[in-house]
Amino acid sequence: MNVTRRDFFKITGASAAGVAVMGLGLDLKPFKSHAQTLKLRFAKETTTICCYCAVGCGLICSTGEAGAGKIINIEGDPDHPVNEGALCAKGAALSQLTNNDSRLTTPMYRAPYSTKWQKVSWDWALWTIAKRVKKSRDTDFEHKNAKGQVVNRTTAIASVGSSALDNEECWLIQALMRSLGLVYIEHQARI
Amino acid sequence: MTNHWIDIRNSDCILIMGSNAASNHPISFKWVTEAMKRGGKLISVDPRFTQTSSKADFYTALRSGTDIAFLGGMIKYILDNNKYFKEYVAEYTNAAFIIADSYDFNDGLFSGYDAENRKYDKSKWGFVKDEKGIPKKDRTLQDPRCVFQLIKKHYSRYNLDTVSAITGTPKEDLAKVYEMYSTTGQQGKAGTIMYAMGWTQHTVGVQNIRSMAIIQLLLGNMGVAGGGVNALRGESNVQGSTDHCILFHIWPGYLKTPKASLPTLAAYNKKYTPKTNDPLSANWWGNYPKYSVSLLKSFFGDKATKANDFGYNWLPKLDDGVTYSWLDLFDAMYKEEFKGLFAWGMNPAASGANANKNREAMTKLDWMVNVNIFDNETGSFWKGPGMDPKKIKTEVFMLPCAVSVEKEGSITNSGRWMQWRYKAANPPAEALPDGQILMKLGKAVQYLYKKDKNAVFPEPIVNLKWDYSTHGEFDAHKMAKEINGYFLKDITVKGKKFKKGDLVPSFAYLQADGSTSSANWLYCNSYTSKGNMSARRKREKSGIGLNPEWAWCWPVNRRIIYNRASVDKTGKPWDKEHPVIEFKGKVENGKYVSKKWVGDVPDGGWYPMQNPDGSDRKDTKYPFIMKPEGHAHVFGPGRADGPFSEHYEPVESPVSKQPFSSQLASPVAVTYGTNMDIYKSDDPKYPYVCSTYRVCEHWQTGIMTRWQPWLLEAQPQLFVELSKELGAKLGIKNGEKVIVESARGKVEAVAMVTIRFRPFTIQGKTVHQVGLPWHFGWVHPKDGGDSANLLTPSAGDPNTRIPETKAFMVNMRKA
Repeated sequence: MNVTRRDFFKITGASAAGVAVMGLGLDLKPFKSHAQTLKLRFAKETTTICCYCAVGCGLICSTGEAGAGKIINIEGDPDHPVNEGALCAKGAALSQLTNNDSRLTTPMYRAPYSTKWQKVSWDWALWTIAKRVKKSRDTDFEHKNAKGQVVNRTTAIASVGSSALDNEECWLIQALMRSLGLVYIEHQARI
Repeated sequence: MTNHWIDIRNSDCILIMGSNAASNHPISFKWVTEAMKRGGKLISVDPRFTQTSSKADFYTALRSGTDIAFLGGMIKYILDNNKYFKEYVAEYTNAAFIIADSYDFNDGLFSGYDAENRKYDKSKWGFVKDEKGIPKKDRTLQDPRCVFQLIKKHYSRYNLDTVSAITGTPKEDLAKVYEMYSTTGQQGKAGTIMYAMGWTQHTVGVQNIRSMAIIQLLLGNMGVAGGGVNALRGESNVQGSTDHCILFHIWPGYLKTPKASLPTLAAYNKKYTPKTNDPLSANWWGNYPKYSVSLLKSFFGDKATKANDFGYNWLPKLDDGVTYSWLDLFDAMYKEEFKGLFAWGMNPAASGANANKNREAMTKLDWMVNVNIFDNETGSFWKGPGMDPKKIKTEVFMLPCAVSVEKEGSITNSGRWMQWRYKAANPPAEALPDGQILMKLGKAVQYLYKKDKNAVFPEPIVNLKWDYSTHGEFDAHKMAKEINGYFLKDITVKGKKFKKGDLVPSFAYLQADGSTSSANWLYCNSYTSKGNMSARRKREKSGIGLNPEWAWCWPVNRRIIYNRASVDKTGKPWDKEHPVIEFKGKVENGKYVSKKWVGDVPDGGWYPMQNPDGSDRKDTKYPFIMKPEGHAHVFGPGRADGPFSEHYEPVESPVSKQPFSSQLASPVAVTYGTNMDIYKSDDPKYPYVCSTYRVCEHWQTGIMTRWQPWLLEAQPQLFVELSKELGAKLGIKNGEKVIVESARGKVEAVAMVTIRFRPFTIQGKTVHQVGLPWHFGWVHPKDGGDSANLLTPSAGDPNTRIPETKAFMVNMRKA
């Protein structure tokens, strides 16, 4: 059955408000049962924690038959002690973050003075970035400051972000940047 | 948060001020509602009547930027009316400490002010010490130089008339809030505060929170269930990213970034390891060298040896007295001091204060790497409004990354719970998890430095331990284990034998001699021989909501920190209904003879301060173990802007003078001097107070939510909220397009004329306030409006340098 975006919006809003859905002139039964069948027949369930605010609500992701395939549903985790299944509007829409046609899917490059993006390979992008980092760092590396004290740093490169990343990734960022000699290392916590 | 989300249900009175929890942390309200069902009261104080206010038992408004006046009045009320918890205040806080004669306060300035450098000499605010070097105390709180008497004096000026003239809050509303909240000073009662950026994003942000910390300590609300100082952290892992210190001034686990004046590891450890002469003070930071050396072992593995100071000098040093914070960073970028910028999962072209300056700064870079899920105002800055791509040299690399459900790893929520997430799906097309991008980039850089015989100072790069992959993929478990830490040789610690390669069971076992690693001592105990503690899923069946076997919480799974202040000196809970911990050791002849704490993990397992017969014990420690003196800081001599809070106007304010002193704005507020740093205070061109805020349906700069059809439909574009009175004055009707303009920039927005804002009467004059959300940007949707941060000033708090985006001045007109 085809449910348009607008219809879905009405339905979710109306059900949340406890209004009889039949009042909308839509028979929800086939829609609901189809969704439920999908989940039960094919889904692999994986728990996650919401990626928005720091309440840390639990969610259950239902993934299609191929294991780490396409996500078909994300809903609140009723076993989670903080949210007990409840979610806000953002958490409830989380599947639209992952299944979204507007996502960036390939590395892109904008050359100096260019008016457009061009698609590039990961290999090219990462090697080119590594070379830029090395050149910028080595050109401006400061072994000693104006007072003659050892500082071993570069103030030619800065790094910002991110509290949207996992703990393990956060550690990697600060370690890599510090090993390069960066002192301008900041992120969302400062703002 | 000192406490955690579920614990809010244990509160007798919840003050929500500086946040709008119902809209922005919606599920937290589950526990606010639960507290209310159990008889707890909710107070909402906000310039705007919010969704939170609509649920409150009592609501009142204050003008943005006047929280210290409001809270200072509460401190005075608590002291004048003997509402404070005397035993707690005298025994557990530094209220009894005697302060040096060099401390003084006069006309808005604390002693030690250096006007030329806009800086305080904090040594003027010291404690008086006895011949053993222990702070002198008067537990009766009568000494005229004790902290308690100094607070009384300091806040005696904060009477209802003056506070009301500054805040615009009616006097009777002030009195009502003070009366309601201060009932939690009774033994067994708990009050809590839920605040967010409404308190931090001010030039007095730290002192806003200090004011509340003073209140919480006076009322005995720290360490107890339903109490605490609870910052509602915004991003899903901003707690974890802060703990791991992606910040210029700290290393993982809140260790200090070394300064140029500390040439050796020994000098560094000496400088940052506090000392105490008081045998009753645990002085936990006395363990500093164990944590710093274990961190260096995680950075450099086998390459970190005693002979090379564990690689201490491979890591960059900061110049003494210089800051490298967010505002400094964009100031330096604007001045063309940078060549390159990495922006990982961040959109500074929309999220940073004074966004026009930041956008302009980006044109002065040679290269930028932007890692994100969607196109955004930062990566595409070169084609943004007012930009001519043909004149912009910056090379930009835009790298696609995975969203949370497409990778495995942990995040730490506001209540310090580290929770594991599993991978549910693969990222689309070529998108990669950030961890994988970092591993690959690190390998590439290492290769270039190994290959180049003339590379500059390659040691830190080639020696960086970078082995967190399995079969070529970033392995979050490997990293999580390193964060916990390993024993690096066979060793016996505290009578327990460990083998090389064993995971360290907790930070109490870390060593300063290189025999242990721990990439973050605070997370030591999170991944042990018992497994990945953050993946645990066992719910509590009864109790006060601690859920000790659900996930894991730092430090050492302690769910409520400072919990030894939740018991009296004999170890019995103040609140019998909601005991956090309780001492249940054996008693013989009125003395404890065996150690047993039940409940939460106590802040140190020592015996209580006293035996049941009231005799003092010598084998105990004061409860506030992170402070060198063991007592909570009512008097905070470490802050850059004074040991007590004091009301100052925001850098941009609607008034030209204020009744407390001749200091209008904070004498140590941070401002910048480029041609794009313009500040206009009490200027008829910008007559309206403005604040930025969030709505439930969008997320920060909107990168993650503006591209989602449901959420965008619910909140499609930028609006500005204003009062009916201001709408009438300017002839602006609901739904009309208007231009909102500050001295730094302007945005077009839809006018939302409501009764949620009301005009204030400030020092006899009518002052209007408006507000707008900051979730929008020019990239998408096309007619959605641009970032509200085009309006905000690059002014900052002197302690944290967090920008003042919650109180600034604007004008408004029809578009």
